[in-house]
Amino acid sequence: MSQSKLNLDPKRVAEARELAHKIALDTQKFIDRHTTVTVERAVLRLLGVDGIDAEEVPLPNVVVAHLQKAGKLAMGAANAIGNAVLKTGLAPQQIAERTAKGELDLAALPMGDLFEVRAKVTDLARATVERIRANRARREDRLRAVGDKSGPLLYVIVATGNIHEDIVQARAAAKQGADVIAVIRTTGQSLLDYVPFGATTEGFGGTYATQENFRLMRAALDEEGEKLGRYIRLCNYCSGLCMPEIAAMGALERLDVMLNDALYGILFRDINMQRTMVDQYFSRIINGFAGVIINTGEDNYLTTDDAFEAAHTVLASQFINEQFAVLAGLPEEQMGLGHAFEMDPELKKGFLYELAQAQMAREIFPRAPLKYMPPTKFMTGNIFRGHVQDALFNMVTTMTNQRICLLGMLTEAIHTPFMSDRYLALENARYIFSTMEGLGDEIEFKKGGIIEQRAHTVLENAARLLGEIERDGLFKTLEKGKFAGVKRPVNGGKGLEGVVEKDTAYVNPFIDLMLGGKKS
Amino acid sequence: MSSGLYSTSKKDFDKTLDLTRVKPYGDTMNDGKVQVSFTLPLADDDRAAAAAAQLAERMGLREPQVVFHKSLDAQFTFFIVYGTCEHAVDFTAIKVHTVDNQVMSMPETNEFIRDRIGRKVVIIGASTGTDAHTVGIDAIMNMKGYAGHYGLERYEMIEAYNLGSQVPNEEFVKKAVELKADVLLVSQTVTQKNVHVQNLTELVELLEAEGLRDKVVLVCGGPRITHELAKELGYDAGFGPGKYADDVASFAVNDLVRRGLARKG
Repeated sequence: MSQSKLNLDPKRVAEARELAHKIALDTQKFIDRHTTVTVERAVLRLLGVDGIDAEEVPLPNVVVAHLQKAGKLAMGAANAIGNAVLKTGLAPQQIAERTAKGELDLAALPMGDLFEVRAKVTDLARATVERIRANRARREDRLRAVGDKSGPLLYVIVATGNIHEDIVQARAAAKQGADVIAVIRTTGQSLLDYVPFGATTEGFGGTYATQENFRLMRAALDEEGEKLGRYIRLCNYCSGLCMPEIAAMGALERLDVMLNDALYGILFRDINMQRTMVDQYFSRIINGFAGVIINTGEDNYLTTDDAFEAAHTVLASQFINEQFAVLAGLPEEQMGLGHAFEMDPELKKGFLYELAQAQMAREIFPRAPLKYMPPTKFMTGNIFRGHVQDALFNMVTTMTNQRICLLGMLTEAIHTPFMSDRYLALENARYIFSTMEGLGDEIEFKKGGIIEQRAHTVLENAARLLGEIERDGLFKTLEKGKFAGVKRPVNGGKGLEGVVEKDTAYVNPFIDLMLGGKKS
Repeated sequence: MSSGLYSTSKKDFDKTLDLTRVKPYGDTMNDGKVQVSFTLPLADDDRAAAAAAQLAERMGLREPQVVFHKSLDAQFTFFIVYGTCEHAVDFTAIKVHTVDNQVMSMPETNEFIRDRIGRKVVIIGASTGTDAHTVGIDAIMNMKGYAGHYGLERYEMIEAYNLGSQVPNEEFVKKAVELKADVLLVSQTVTQKNVHVQNLTELVELLEAEGLRDKVVLVCGGPRITHELAKELGYDAGFGPGKYADDVASFAVNDLVRRGLARKG
């Protein structure tokens, strides 16, 4: 940690981090013993299986359901596919198609030599890994050529429900200065145990995350960025029951930023904790290898819990998310840990506490591209005050050098943003970032003052909470409702039936290639 | 365009308030001043500005002033327009459905339940259908409440169950039976393309099919819910923005007693 403006105690920070490390390691033991249906579907997607059957069920689902029914999923889909490729000479896609049509009983094929099967499927995997590596190189080349922006990246959402309309909105937003475009998903997609197929023209509250939608938006943003001489980043959401599959699609279509947070899914979508922790691990390996910045969802705690009183839960969760990311090989430069400006506007000195929290996060995670979320809970429909709240948020963003700044909309709580709402938000942010540029570097906080003391209190409470979690284990902690005031049972929630204990012969070639092959 | 701080234009209209002809108020009674903003799918030029002014006239705004225009994209321009509204409304003829209920404080409601019902009232709430947002139902139900109004969980005489978000209507009804709920609260926050109306209607139909509709107090709430809409959809009440747990609780317990639904404990 460099010179702390808040006089944070580096020893206490290190202790908190060590506790989080132990918490993550403890959970990782469980993760390593299990796989899930969506992990295996992601493996299939990465091996080139795509498309749908006659009933519009995605082929990865067809194959995994087939294997699970036969009790063969514990070996991993990669073993089944590798074996079938050796036995039939067909490509993975053809194998999936024939399985769907009932022409091939994949699970009934006698298993060949495990070593040969593993070698075969690793070979197949390598081609995809190279494609993803090339995507990453293309992003890096482009950023080198046009130069990456310093300071906060302006992040806006589009949410029309029609990918083609989303593209119109995204292009306009890019022209007005947006750096990151996020396509909001259709309401409820996080609870689907499959990824829809094809372009979306009719979604509720957003547009499905599909590989085709990713491809269409990527092409449009590349074209727009070319014209503007900038690189426009594309963001989507891994969270939900299909974390690794969506991460795989994002890697294949060169997304740059992806929401990725199992804790969020557990607390706010009631997804089973065992399921989603396993899903998260593989999805973060994919994100990490693809050079994708992950965004975590701590900001959401403050929409149900009180932002002042529960501030330490955000920090504790950031520490835990950091350690899970480390275990998945994700470098700090790709950890977009989340937090938010959500204190009640009626709270006296609220701005000071927000500033303390943001500065503290900046100092504790110095290289992380922190994701900072605007006020939502106390946006009332008074668009004029809302614009002021967003301005205050923008000030904290620039003064504490947050990296991914999700722009607040003055019409929050009224409707999904109009084109003009987005323009006003961008204008607001650009004005503040320009007029206040460098202010953060000029400021020191009063020793023993309100801001410093507030940060110390939050750190202390977070460290204490981490101590309790380390003692109880993460699953127990979630059962007790320590985060966001929400209690979740370890065997409750959605998706538990999709968790499978691994066989000793289990293979997932992508874990080896992506976790181990980063430097080559 | 900007005429400066001091308007010298003559104000040759009647400046007394007439409740049969109410107009917007800028700084003088009956001046009719209105601001609107909108985007047109046109390139930002003089013709587009003229189009914006003409559109404002069609809205009933005389002397429209396009005070600001800004290109959002090659073919999109944002306008802010001021004008004088030529329309007026007869306020004396307006009737609205409001929840006409005296709002009681938390202790008063607890007292009311003790006196008139004599047992705890069971209230279940959820954000139903595909709606993933819990902000609304949490504001009403969570212990902490919202903006200084304690939530239903804090009421001594209320047994509150917050089922969270994305609860299917079928499951919601099942829970209502299981918990012997007196009052059902439904929150709808994401309301794009009127998905909320469909979902709210479905719940009423489901309750009717189960023969439960008359046995419970059914309330909905959300940013785009009005009492009038709620009544239309077959709910007993609807609560929009600016309503809190005390509003909901007061209505619910009164309605239980009014309709003779409160079985003495």
